[in-house]
Amino acid sequence: MKPWVRYFFGSGELFIWGCGAGLSLSLLMIGGLLVLILLNGFGYFWPADLVELTLKDGKHVIGQLAGEEVSPKGIPRIRMKIGNRDLYGLDYRWINTDQIIERTKPPDLVMVERREWGNFYGRLGTLHKEDQIVAEGSDAVWQSLPPLLRHQESSETESGYTLRIVDANGKEKSVSLSQVMRVLRPNDLSTLEKLWVYVGNVWTVLTTEPREANTEGGIFPAIFGTVMMVIIMTVVVTPVGVISALYLREYARQGVIVRTVRIAVNNLAGVPSIVFGVFGLGFFVYGVGGTIDALWFSERLPTPTFGTGGILWASLTLALLTVPVVIIATEEGLAAVPREYREGSIGLGATKWETIWKVVLPTALPGILTGLILAMARAAGEVAPLMLTGVVKLAPAMPIDGTWPFLHLDRKFMHLGFHIYDVGFQSPNVEAAKPMVYVTTLVLILVVVTLNLTGIVMRNRMRKKYAGSAV
Amino acid sequence: MPDQQSRMSSGPLVLATPLGVKMGRETMKREEAADSSFSKENVVQTKPKLRVQRFSFFYGPVKSLFNIDVGIPEHEVTAFIGPSGCGKSTLLRCMNRLNDLIEGARHEGNILIDDVDIFDPRIDITDLRKRVGMVFQKSNPFPKSIYENVAYGPRLQGMRNRPMLDDIVERSLRGAGLWEEVKDRLHKSALGLSGGQQQRLCIARALAVKPEVLLMDEPCSALDPIATGIIEELLFSLKKELTVVIVTHNMQQAARVSDSTAFMYLGQLVEFGRTKQLFTNPSKKQTEDYITGRFG
Repeated sequence: MKPWVRYFFGSGELFIWGCGAGLSLSLLMIGGLLVLILLNGFGYFWPADLVELTLKDGKHVIGQLAGEEVSPKGIPRIRMKIGNRDLYGLDYRWINTDQIIERTKPPDLVMVERREWGNFYGRLGTLHKEDQIVAEGSDAVWQSLPPLLRHQESSETESGYTLRIVDANGKEKSVSLSQVMRVLRPNDLSTLEKLWVYVGNVWTVLTTEPREANTEGGIFPAIFGTVMMVIIMTVVVTPVGVISALYLREYARQGVIVRTVRIAVNNLAGVPSIVFGVFGLGFFVYGVGGTIDALWFSERLPTPTFGTGGILWASLTLALLTVPVVIIATEEGLAAVPREYREGSIGLGATKWETIWKVVLPTALPGILTGLILAMARAAGEVAPLMLTGVVKLAPAMPIDGTWPFLHLDRKFMHLGFHIYDVGFQSPNVEAAKPMVYVTTLVLILVVVTLNLTGIVMRNRMRKKYAGSAV
Repeated sequence: MPDQQSRMSSGPLVLATPLGVKMGRETMKREEAADSSFSKENVVQTKPKLRVQRFSFFYGPVKSLFNIDVGIPEHEVTAFIGPSGCGKSTLLRCMNRLNDLIEGARHEGNILIDDVDIFDPRIDITDLRKRVGMVFQKSNPFPKSIYENVAYGPRLQGMRNRPMLDDIVERSLRGAGLWEEVKDRLHKSALGLSGGQQQRLCIARALAVKPEVLLMDEPCSALDPIATGIIEELLFSLKKELTVVIVTHNMQQAARVSDSTAFMYLGQLVEFGRTKQLFTNPSKKQTEDYITGRFG
């Protein structure tokens, strides 16, 4: 063997390179995934320009450019979001580039956001009140629309206005003005105005309820449900996990039984989450919930109150799922507390409990918080057990509202993870829903990051409070 | 080592000074001058504060202390010396029943404090530990502020009165010679102190519960000579108030600070006597071998 070869293997250089490569690969994959989600998620809100294409067969197409590729046959083609679902049936269309004669961006093209059937791309035709024409021609209608829409937002009554809109090939479509949410001329907007629209879109998604089988509108109930479920789970899992770990580490006699329990707890962390879901359904929903119903809500039976999936049961199921993480982390935190601290405290006349409460637990707190952070991250991303214990695709009411007792733990709720599954794979119009999937994923990631950051900031503050300043 | 032997009978109490070794040396010279005129040597102690009677100790099946008999005089510093593993720390930790925490540990014989058996089931063990304070080999301030460290003991006893706590904290820190150094940063983390300061903080923490006996388990073994000097001088002021038992590896240290010395070897008490006598004229061969450096 050549000396440099021996050096390469013998010195461990090989493994350093191997480890570096493994880490780089992982980072690249995570980075790629994040970039994909960020681009698609943030891109959804941008009011892209409307393009009008003139094709060789004389037809016109209006829509937003949604991608370019070379088809499997080797012909370059573009993908257009053409909207007008009620007219064409499809939201997207592939067009071969060689079919296109001209691409223009006329400023009078409008994007009409409707409550049903998605966006309409085309030109404004006429505005009617009952049978009377109020305005005619693209610009005239454009001028008269804003006050009407603003008025409509504030009043509940039907205005009686009808908007006639024309698609790329002159096909007309009548829409009652009450169905119209917003009319935009994206080609006429400056970058700053587009940015304003962008911010508005973000706000809408974050604060409003979903429309059109969740493919349009906002995801606020899902965000709220996710955060609330994680909070309830944390409130339950913290005392249970910490107390269990305290007993296992500090009080129980270390022997075969404790070792077995510890192995069992570790294995519990590896049980598939759907199994926890089934357990939650059987134990919490049917067992505990059914008993509560029979005892206190019997007048409502056979309609179940607690004997059906709800946010409380989902949170408890997730608490079961994450309790091993908390126990393990807490145990490690407790084991890392130096023996000198305990002896110092006991030497000063403290009882064992006083020592644990005043010295051991505060010292182990950063470790406990690390466990909670991991538990929250896991719980926020878990979907399977929720599907059995209380998540729904569209919740009629939030778990917190203005009616007594304000906190309704028996209610079903929406969840971002389930929303991704539902919108992306269960919706009737998967293509149209795709951007929403990215947006929901992005929001879920942001929620998890926010929850984790809160935990990390708390932990660091605690560490700083106790750690010595460098002398 | 004639220098040390002349020093060890240092009768006059030297107050701890934060100014360090230079001042310390000057003080020691003055002690040497006083040495010829005043000596506490061979003064008979009427009643020991702590009395160990036919005491044996077992870690599970392993017997680590054999039939120890020793009486520790009040208001003096008593040193335990001996090679590693000879059981001196074990004996020390038995004196406030810290070894109770070890599973499978048991003992035979008695340890009496003021003629009361500390192993008597009627005795309140937390009360015993308040009377018999402990300073450990490795300084172990809690990861709390300096103030909270010192106030820990009094708070355990239910003291909530802020001015009284402030007073105890200040007096304890002064007693440990640390007040001047930390009075402006009482509410900063104790872990920011230097090793020697941390050890003195641990002494202050032990003083805050007003113990009658202070057990010190190699308190200087992790400290540099300057910090060691400060703590040794502190012992002279401490023994005015309480009884000090110190375990040390360092024979010179035992000679410098203690009034009586016990030499232990393989779990047995080989010799116990006045420090000057033990170092200059040991009665046992083993002691002589050890202090002259032939083994250990």
